Amino acid sequence: MPDQSQTTNRGSGYNRRDFLKGSGAAVAATAIAAQATDEVQAQGKGKPNVVSSGATKVKLTVNGKDHVLMLEPRAVLLDVLRNDLNLTGCKDVDDRTASGADTVMIDGKPVLASSRLAIQCVGQTIQTVESLSDGKNVDEVITGFVKHDAMQCGFCTPGFVMATRAVLNKNPKASLEEIQKQLGGNICRCGTYHGITKCALEIAKKGGA
Amino acid sequence: MVERQIAWKAQNENAVIGKRHLRIDGVEKATGDAKYSSDINTKGTLFARLVTCPHGHAKIVNLDVEAVKKIKGVKAVHLFKDVGAECRWDGELIAAVAAERPEQADDGVRALKAALKFEVLEHFVDEEDLKSGEAIGRGKDLGTNTKGDVVAAQKAAKAVSTGYYGIHTISHCCLETHGSHCEWTADDAVNVHLSTQNVSGTGGQFAGPLGLDAANVSLTCNYIGGGFGSKFAADEWGLACAKLAKEAGRPVRLMLDRATELKIGGNRPSGFAKVTVCADAEGNITGWESHHWGTSGINGSTIRLNQMPYVFAFDNYKRSATGLSTNCGPQRAWRAPNHPQLCAVSQTAIDDIAAKLGMDSYDVFMKNLAKTPRGDVYAKQMEVGAKLIDWKKKAHLHGKGQKKGGVVSGLGMALHTWGGRAHAGTCTVKIHPDGTVESFSGSQDIGTGTRTVIACTLAETFGLPETAVKVNLGSNKYPRSGPSGGSTTVGGVSGPNRRAGLELLWKIFDLVAAKHNVKADSLTAAGQKILSDGKAVCTWKEAAGLIGPMPIEAQGQGPKSDGLTDQGVAGIQMAEVSVDTETGQVRMNKFIAVQDCGLIICKTQAESQVYGALIMGIAYALTEERIMDNKTGRFINADMENYKLPRIGDIGELVVEMYEPESEYTRGVIGLGEPPVIACGAAISNAVANAIGVRVPVLPMTPKRVLDALNGGAV
Ligand code: FES
Repeated sequence: MPDQSQTTNRGSGYNRRDFLKGSGAAVAATAIAAQATDEVQAQGKGKPNVVSSGATKVKLTVNGKDHVLMLEPRAVLLDVLRNDLNLTGCKDVDDRTASGADTVMIDGKPVLASSRLAIQCVGQTIQTVESLSDGKNVDEVITGFVKHDAMQCGFCTPGFVMATRAVLNKNPKASLEEIQKQLGGNICRCGTYHGITKCALEIAKKGGA
Repeated sequence: MVERQIAWKAQNENAVIGKRHLRIDGVEKATGDAKYSSDINTKGTLFARLVTCPHGHAKIVNLDVEAVKKIKGVKAVHLFKDVGAECRWDGELIAAVAAERPEQADDGVRALKAALKFEVLEHFVDEEDLKSGEAIGRGKDLGTNTKGDVVAAQKAAKAVSTGYYGIHTISHCCLETHGSHCEWTADDAVNVHLSTQNVSGTGGQFAGPLGLDAANVSLTCNYIGGGFGSKFAADEWGLACAKLAKEAGRPVRLMLDRATELKIGGNRPSGFAKVTVCADAEGNITGWESHHWGTSGINGSTIRLNQMPYVFAFDNYKRSATGLSTNCGPQRAWRAPNHPQLCAVSQTAIDDIAAKLGMDSYDVFMKNLAKTPRGDVYAKQMEVGAKLIDWKKKAHLHGKGQKKGGVVSGLGMALHTWGGRAHAGTCTVKIHPDGTVESFSGSQDIGTGTRTVIACTLAETFGLPETAVKVNLGSNKYPRSGPSGGSTTVGGVSGPNRRAGLELLWKIFDLVAAKHNVKADSLTAAGQKILSDGKAVCTWKEAAGLIGPMPIEAQGQGPKSDGLTDQGVAGIQMAEVSVDTETGQVRMNKFIAVQDCGLIICKTQAESQVYGALIMGIAYALTEERIMDNKTGRFINADMENYKLPRIGDIGELVVEMYEPESEYTRGVIGLGEPPVIACGAAISNAVANAIGVRVPVLPMTPKRVLDALNGGAV
């Protein structure tokens, strides 16, 4: 069993990855998130954490651009993306990583931005949902979400878009079971699962996008 | 000849209305471009964190604000409660700390908590335990009413069924928590971005308590991440956000944290009932007797007495209710207030009397439709639903299904009703000389697709594609619109826009008639053209050019009794489940909804509302509940890992059938958001009872409750 003894207050300045291992067991049937699995696998492979107190210079590579920020080591990636870089497509559901609305890709793998400290991502490539559109053209997953009306309030939608993109990157011909399993770490309160499933399946059936 | 009368077109004349459309703000939502209140990030924004009461009931005996103000980065502190104040439920707000960075606000919260001391007081949170609640004076008699002679009816009946039914409290659990971003633009003026279902109504709620002129509160909500009835007010934390911003001289963003969202952001009251129902040999229900209770929090209310039993009005009844005052967070309107709970504790009893009579539940529901307000519609909807789920072929009596490897399946149904009358609202519609069309209203899109609905309405009116209409919502500076609650929005915006649109169209017709020497009453607008008796006269753009250099605009109002909108819908739902009798796990196989809502503006979005409602229904039927700890008085699963909502693989196959014969279309627009979430609990409970042959009395039907029921109710 993963160690769940750590406190779960926000931003208390320790490695947040361990939460994921605990959360998978507690959610509903299909909720053992792909993200969580990837996270667990990534454990130990990251950069060594040399933690000093006070703000330090941190260089993050987000959507192909470098940003140098003054951050405390305990600053959470989600907060930095949203508050410092104004990349608000990844949403703050404040759920300690159980909803997937904060899904981003780090080095091509889906990761929950609230599960990482910003300094852990130095030297890695971070992609947010904003990278899937350039103002004119949008990713086919986004077009599919709109086509199948896979949204209501839309708050969970960018996270689902990123998670769907990740499923299809991993297996462009993903089966219904794979889609359900890998999107199982995301929650929609409005109940848009029907449209999301249709969208993902349609793209997978034609061999990906 | 086209008469100038406010009306919708005939159903078969529509090019836009009733068809499938892409949500016009879909790309913004999916790309993350849509800015929610929690995304507002103006320069210098501070971040607020909250301190709440960690007890079911306590008094604050020590608190030190000065220590918090010394913490690095902390810019302002707001106290909701001070020493000596009583906290009456877990999660009640005590303080908010605003700091440069979220983690510094956390430091402030820690410092405040370090010195915060309570005297813990007696609490009561067991909402199911009527006896204990009454024994300590927490029960409130909410009345008894009777009709006919239920005792005589029971004596004369062929079968009498007595049962216990219940449904637990659930939380709104909006994905975007409640909160706002406040920024003062002058000493006496503030810009508020509030996550609200009530754009036009909440500015004043800030102005009064802040001592401002209402005109000096600019309130915006372009997108809202879920509300479900819980976001109509400025709320004390909204005011605190504005006060913190004032104190710090900086913008502040204050969103509830997840636990606090679940604890105080709103909940749907519980209901538990003892019911005795009786029927004659044909399945006609002849009498109803019930007592129910539950809690809405400290005020001690429960689900409405005079709607019991739900939808059906039997000849003989006796019903009573008791409200329990508990140390639980206060209720807020939750999608179709009262209805889902009433349905869950009464239509389950109807299913049980069918079982007692040895009859198919479908037949007993059908038999008693005369006791409902819209029996003929329900009957037709039931026929449609039965075909879709193949009821006749799959039906078996309760507990008589074939077990395969410990798994047995079952069918259940229930039905519901809702009003859905258009709310009061206005709008301004503007046509520019270049032909572009704009609509303005202080409405909001809570997921309904309000922008698309307005765009479709005006597009149909002017003969344009819906993408040609620019819709402006989400500001209290726009014409006043109603709050989005009670399924009132689609009627509330489509009516005024249609009225204003027609007024403008007729002006344009007059100009075209004069210019092209045709009769104004021969004109129609379609395919981006103006036609006279079906023949094109000019393009829409050319026609708009006739208005001169300035735009023309009209105000639309509603609701009116001109037939554009109506109220009162029916709907039936049928569920097919599989129950694993060894693990107690219930799986959804298929879930059918047949639903009317009068005239449908956008078919796709209407269906989306129903799909979403079914999933919310599956949630509260199977997994979702607030769990209060009797010992500490705390809401112990106030997080998204343990407050269990279904995931994408948990919902089975959903089938949505919009019931829209011409007789429904001609009624006009009726709201749809609430009704399809109502019958889910009862339909799924009935399906589980049909599968396993015993009632799982209380929702949600967790594996433990299913196993307890299979073990003869042992707990
Ligand atoms: S669309 Fe509202 S939470 Fe998913």
